[in-house]
Amino acid sequence: MSEILSLTTVAETWRIAVPYACAAVGGVWAERSGVIQIGLEGVLLSSAFASVAVAHATGSAPAGLFAGIGVGVIQSAFHGWLVERTKIDAVVSGIALNLLAYAATRMALRALYDSSSNSPSIGGFEVGPRGAEGWQLLLRALFDPVAVLALIAVVASPWLLQRTRLGLRVRACGEHPTAAQAAGLDVARTRIVALAVSGAVCALGGVHLAFDQHRFEAGMSGGRGFIALAAVVLSGWRAGRAAVACLAFGLLEALQIGLQSLFRASPAATLVQLLPYVATLLVLALGIGRGAAPAGIGRAPET
Amino acid sequence: MFAAAGALLVFNLVVAAFGYAPRDTLGAAFAGTWGTAYGTGQVLFKATPLLLTGLAFHVALRCGLFNIGTEGQLALGALVAGWLGPSVGAAFPPLLAVPLVVGASVTTAAALGALAGFMRARLGVHEIISGIMLNRCVDVFLPWVLVVGLGATALRTDDIGAGARLPGLEVWVPAFSGSAVSVAFPGAVVVTGVVYLWLERSVAGREMRWVGLSPTACGSQGVDVARRRIQAMVLSGGLAGLVCAGTVLGYKGYYELGLGAGAGFSGIAVAMVGRSGPVALVLAALAFGTLAQAGLSINAQVPKEAMSVLEAVVILLVAAAAGVTGGDGATRATPGDGAEKGDGDGAESGAAPLARTRPVPSERVP
Repeated sequence: MSEILSLTTVAETWRIAVPYACAAVGGVWAERSGVIQIGLEGVLLSSAFASVAVAHATGSAPAGLFAGIGVGVIQSAFHGWLVERTKIDAVVSGIALNLLAYAATRMALRALYDSSSNSPSIGGFEVGPRGAEGWQLLLRALFDPVAVLALIAVVASPWLLQRTRLGLRVRACGEHPTAAQAAGLDVARTRIVALAVSGAVCALGGVHLAFDQHRFEAGMSGGRGFIALAAVVLSGWRAGRAAVACLAFGLLEALQIGLQSLFRASPAATLVQLLPYVATLLVLALGIGRGAAPAGIGRAPET
Repeated sequence: MFAAAGALLVFNLVVAAFGYAPRDTLGAAFAGTWGTAYGTGQVLFKATPLLLTGLAFHVALRCGLFNIGTEGQLALGALVAGWLGPSVGAAFPPLLAVPLVVGASVTTAAALGALAGFMRARLGVHEIISGIMLNRCVDVFLPWVLVVGLGATALRTDDIGAGARLPGLEVWVPAFSGSAVSVAFPGAVVVTGVVYLWLERSVAGREMRWVGLSPTACGSQGVDVARRRIQAMVLSGGLAGLVCAGTVLGYKGYYELGLGAGAGFSGIAVAMVGRSGPVALVLAALAFGTLAQAGLSINAQVPKEAMSVLEAVVILLVAAAAGVTGGDGATRATPGDGAEKGDGDGAESGAAPLARTRPVPSERVP
């Protein structure tokens, strides 16, 4: 039992939760502005790839970080543009952009590195002690620059949404687009801006994912964007609670890893992997903590 | 046309980016698909699962639901077919064995669809999220069943019995000799026609389409919205379960991990592009089957993922064309269509998820 309840587990929880939390808070930004965003998965993937590609080419981790954020912003804002300006259904656009990100990163993987599975390894940020477990791992997980940035973004998001002019506008567009427009807001533009912010926050998750593995792997987002979406729903579209839900999910996954090593001999080990997904489904089905969706989600202002 | 031109442009750009002459690559792609009888057979084989998953997605969409779970549904169904195939196929003649094996697959897949439908209709869990979660569960579950439940070491089931095999199309059309296409393809076309007819003519089908158009109106007119939604998901899942006919019974003769994977997601593209009718759906399946097969035949020059990029571009262009002209009716992007205004949606009050997703009716507006 002691190998499960340890500092390593805490560190693992934190490490695992960062991409989820970033994607979930990104999702809150998008959906609070009234745009359904199921393309978080694709944003994670593209930004992870861009960060690795640039970090590998320049040898500079910060350059990779910025490239990842840039790609996340562009892809997410493009989703907003498609939905708001060309009137594509948001779910269709999200599905297509997910597919595009998945296929394009694999294609680029082969074009750049002639590999169908992963990129060469990169350095990433080297901060903190080097040990692989216990307090050393915890310190390194906590002070990883990408994780620190992610933490800042996650903490700032509720404040930005609730207390600033931008946040008020974003929420107005999500709650009642017609009224927002009547008040003189450019609803489409505000939503695209909100999606750009969403893309930036979500991209931090993608960059963290890639830098944590020190390389890009094909399809490495592994459904995190969708689980983050579940966290958004659970939280009642509130950034802080969504992040907490992701932390809980990270704990489940860390426990699952611990449990798996505990039951190594038993064939039930693989089934432990079901734990996070089944738990998410159960929590959603029981409707624990469910709040109301933004009233104007998926709707354009009536003119 | 707009989409085809756009796709061709992107294709040329991608090929050029890899340093090949677009014309040569296009030639290779053609030679590998419609250029030869073998290639044509391969295209039909690739189109079979796409047609069925496209139809599956379409049925749910008509009821306003996104069945993202087809991927897991078809995999679990195919596993059951591979599991029952050896014993049932050996014990019974084809006329009995094939319906039994396919029926078991369909039932399993439909049950998974029913679970997602139930969670949406009664518990308010959005089907996209439950579908993704169930897909992940199936991903974890399948290898476990294969290894622990069936004792398979190579992550595949035993060969199915002769009675449960579907004959290849080469029996009737000798030119297809060597290609993987089986009678499952004409079968899938027939199923498409029947399902469309059923959607148009039956009471249940009509009510499903109404629910897709406006759940609020249906609720107030006494249509059991939740029941119709669950039925649509059951039908959708069942259609995904038919995929095993082409892959397990018609081609491999056993189930192995990953057989048919990806057909679920490509089916979404097929349903989006071919939503205007059964003929369009078959054509869309053939088009994406061509893309998939062409991807394989040019894989030496350009990664086959290039074809998935094309797929995404086609989806976006088709959806954009529909949104701009508004004529195709599928994604009704017109603001404030009143379908789900306010909180009137009794069937899912408090059901938050993406629940307010506009229903996406594919009814043609006269």
